[in-house]
Amino acid sequence: MSVIVFAEQREGALRQTALEAVTAGRVITDGLGGELTAVLLGPPGVRDQAAELGRYGADRVVVASSDAFAGYAPEGMTDALVKVIEEGSPKAVVFSASAMGKDLSPRVAARLKAGLATDVTEISVEGGQVQAIRPVYAGKAFARIGFTAEPALLSVRPKAYPPIEEPREARVEELSIGLDPARQRMRVRRVEGESAERPDVAEADIVVSGGRGMQGPENWTLLEDLVDALGPSAALGASRAVVDAGWRPHSEQVGQTGKVVSPQVYFAIGISGAIQHQAGMRTAKCIVAVNRDAEAPIFKLATYGIVGDVFEILPRLTEEIRAARSED
Amino acid sequence: MNIIVCVKRVPDSETRIKISEDGVSIDPAGVKFVLNPYDEFAIEEALVLKERAGAGTVAVMTLGGEEAKETLRTALAMGADTAVLLKGAPSPDGLGTAEKLADAISGREYDLILFGKQGIDDDNLQVPAMVAELLGLPCATVVVDLQIDGERVRAKREVEGGHEVAEFDLPGVISAQKGLNEPRYASLKGIMMAKKKPLEEVEVGDAAARVEIKELMPPAERAVGEILGEGPAAVPELVRRLREEAKAL
Repeated sequence: MSVIVFAEQREGALRQTALEAVTAGRVITDGLGGELTAVLLGPPGVRDQAAELGRYGADRVVVASSDAFAGYAPEGMTDALVKVIEEGSPKAVVFSASAMGKDLSPRVAARLKAGLATDVTEISVEGGQVQAIRPVYAGKAFARIGFTAEPALLSVRPKAYPPIEEPREARVEELSIGLDPARQRMRVRRVEGESAERPDVAEADIVVSGGRGMQGPENWTLLEDLVDALGPSAALGASRAVVDAGWRPHSEQVGQTGKVVSPQVYFAIGISGAIQHQAGMRTAKCIVAVNRDAEAPIFKLATYGIVGDVFEILPRLTEEIRAARSED
Repeated sequence: MNIIVCVKRVPDSETRIKISEDGVSIDPAGVKFVLNPYDEFAIEEALVLKERAGAGTVAVMTLGGEEAKETLRTALAMGADTAVLLKGAPSPDGLGTAEKLADAISGREYDLILFGKQGIDDDNLQVPAMVAELLGLPCATVVVDLQIDGERVRAKREVEGGHEVAEFDLPGVISAQKGLNEPRYASLKGIMMAKKKPLEEVEVGDAAARVEIKELMPPAERAVGEILGEGPAAVPELVRRLREEAKAL
């Protein structure tokens, strides 16, 4: 019995989501018994990252390196992963529900004729069977999923399993892969975004979202100042209304037709809190709402609320947070 | 250019979800069902590509029961030429649905298969890439910009902190993200014409399920929060709570 985890990297560096996937994989392995294998596909030299995967609980790391794996290589990575899975006959395979994991996992599931649970927030092992809890209807309900075929494939929502150290000396094995040229029909290259120094809204620890109450795109500097004050793990978000109005890019939209986020703190600034928006942020640990309308539905969800003019409150909030953080 | 667009009937995003007595499905009473919002971007893209090519057809396809005809008619009203209803029950397993679609597509003529990036009911994000894999086609998912020059496809997809640009030759599969285009509204003429457009029905049986929903639960209730005050004067208390209670700064 064994569990396999896909450890995502970019340009040879492990992503945080890889460690999260290993931690989630550890939960299943500890429930089932057996060994946890991490599969690391990356450019030459990526092998150096294997020890880090051991630090978070991988018993074994299978490494396949190729220049083609520096970025995302959907076809080659599918082939390599299917090969490892077919040789190992695992009970479960864990991915991160990152952009890469959400593209790769269904390809692998289709090849293996396996069931896949996407965006899992909680994993359990009941009587030797893997079960997963995952949001459906953008989090308006949660489904407990069982698997009727093996292996069970899961992609774990970013932030749901913060990495936990479980140090061990992982055995490292090289996998030689002959990439089939006929299968490499796609070429994928990465283009950095304008805000590459900030985490993606779906992966940030703190999210500051603005809504129609911000009155116009020119006022976003106030939110950017707050994000800057909150430090490098904070990111900007937006409501559907302001994305539809063209004030902000869709990549920032939080809600049912945008991103679903679970940060430590979610600031809803000038957002009334439509159902479709709530669906995207209600699993945040702490929600702060600032809105001039005391009856806005967002206050029913908020941990802390302030009623009033966002243009008066925001500069003060930025200043106080900057002061509080500089004390530490 | 011949394009197949796969669509789904889903509850409207403003719907309140109520769990039915069986504990594994939603109560459909009072739920407004619509064409999946992401599928509108896929249909729009197909119509623009066909118009630009000056030839070809746009066929819409779905797996579902009699009620899914309404969804297909909505797509026909937007401008799709033909519709195919694969009659059978979808499954919570994306692969079960993908197998039915891939089977039905494999005997047809197409250059491009388009999907919305996800159905806003199951939120699986599985079927487009699975159909591609089953048919042996290249595929780019979550696409916000699509350029097709002859056979060459250039698809820009959203990833964390940036974009990826995927390039491949047709035929292939694309799943549409919001931002790809502005979907058109069906005109009155379009709605009238949709009633006369061909809608083919194929019995395909129920989709296989390798996952099962054992229980459907409402989201956890959030602890009751607190309004800390009005205006900037309440800010110091908020910052204190964030540091001391939420331990978040």
